[in-house]
Parts: sequence; C-alpha cells; structure tokens
Amino acid sequence: MTSVITVGEIVAERTVHLTRESLVRYAGASGDFNPIHYRDDVAASVGLPGVLAHGMLTMGLAVETLVPWLGDSGRILEYGVRFTRPVVVDPETGAELRIVATVGAIDDEAARIDLTVTHGETTVLGKAQVRVRLA
Amino acid sequence: MNPELVGRVFPPTAPYLVGREKVREFARAVFADDPQHVDPAAAQALGYADVVAPPTFAMVVQDQTLQQLLGEPDSGIILQNVLHAEQRFRYTRPIVAGDELTGTLSVIAIREMRGSAMVTSEAEITDAAGAHVVTATSVLLVGEGEK
Repeated sequence: MTSVITVGEIVAERTVHLTRESLVRYAGASGDFNPIHYRDDVAASVGLPGVLAHGMLTMGLAVETLVPWLGDSGRILEYGVRFTRPVVVDPETGAELRIVATVGAIDDEAARIDLTVTHGETTVLGKAQVRVRLA
Repeated sequence: MNPELVGRVFPPTAPYLVGREKVREFARAVFADDPQHVDPAAAQALGYADVVAPPTFAMVVQDQTLQQLLGEPDSGIILQNVLHAEQRFRYTRPIVAGDELTGTLSVIAIREMRGSAMVTSEAEITDAAGAHVVTATSVLLVGEGEK
C-alpha cells in the first residue's frame, strides 16, 4: 500500500473455487466439524438446500484477497462481516466465489476497505468491512 | 435461552500454543498463499518472529471460549439450533507462530426476538505476557425448540 488510494478504487480482487474437499480441509484446520459442511443427508435433514461452506471459511478467504496488496497483514486493525446468505457447495461443480475489495472511506490513519463477496448473482456477506492502517 | 447470562465472564481458557505447521495448514485452508503465512523468512522480513497467522485464525481460540458458553448447563442453548450471524475481530497485532494465547469470554448482550435470541459475546485474546492480541466478537442466533 505505497501509492495514494482513492475512495471507490478497487485495490484487490480474486475468484476462489470451493469444492467439497475445501470444506473438509477447512473443517480440519479450524476444528469446526459441523456435519452440515460435509454431509448431504445431515444438511437435508435440517432443511438446508445442500452442504454449505463454513461462514468462517468465506470470511477468511475474503480478507486474504487483501493481504498481498497490504504487504503486511498486521495493517489490519479490524474486520467484521454479517453472514447473510449461505454458500451451497455442489458435490460435482463446487462453488465459485468472487471477491472484490474497494476503498470505502479514508481518514488520517486508516482506510475502510469494503469486500463484496458474490456467489453467482448472490452477495453472501453483508457489511464486510476491513479497517486497515495506512502505510 | 437464559437471559441471566448477560454480563457473565468465563474463566480464561487453557493456553493455546500456536504451531507453525498449524498456521500453514490454516493458511492453506483459507486460500492464503501470501508468503508471510508460510515462510518464516518472509515473516521475519516484515518484523515477525515466525509465520503470521491469517486474520481469522483467532477463531480457533474464540471457539474454545464459545464451547464454554454452549457447555453451560444453565445456558438453554442447543448446538444444532445455533446460527452464526455476525463476526468481528479487533486487532492489536496479528497472531504469530509461537504465541501462547488465552481467551476470556464475556456475554455482552442477549436480544430476544420471536422465539429466538441474538447472543453477542466477546472473547478477549491475550498472549503469554497478558498483552492484548485480538478481541473476537460474535453474534449467534439461537433458536429455541424446533430447528
């Protein structure tokens, strides 16, 4: 983050393709073994449209989009999201998440970066905002 | 849902030692391929003692604190009825491999609404020296009775 940034500017973006393997990997790494994230029968039994990605996986991969641009993840002062829509991960085709990071506001010490995370046409995180220290 | 939980502060969790391979494993799981998460030399070039955990790694310690809340015999919370509604982290510094972290959970607010409750709790995560590392705030939507 060496150059001057302006409100509205896109500073980072990427696409992440999730598969069922991604969910199992995240379950193991995080310790969240809720079966709705890897068993279709359990997901169906609680009325879900399918196996869902962990909300914390979506939150985690979204903010990482910013890290190469920041250079130092220690510049992240605050990060918050609302889990508004579940991400259904198809057993064959998976799910593709698109992340776009836009400058939302700037003050003397920090900038607010807004993350837009979409799955197809659906925005899956609400108010996904990262407060980052200016360089 | 027991409204008297508001204001309750749980005992600090047992120290969690952050391992380098655990950070690498977590980084891979959240598609965090920046070298600072996996390469000690890259982390040291930024001034850190060892690999830097991705920002949401704090949830591993926060989760231990939430297990205390969910395990309270008088909480009235059934795990299958819990949905994660919101999450926030406020950092003093990033978590680094070698850290020994302790989480202390406080129940901040409970808002009852049509047969369910929004429970806001805050886990303050500190290092072995007792210094603040990150505060993790979560809002859980706790349903009652039927799913």
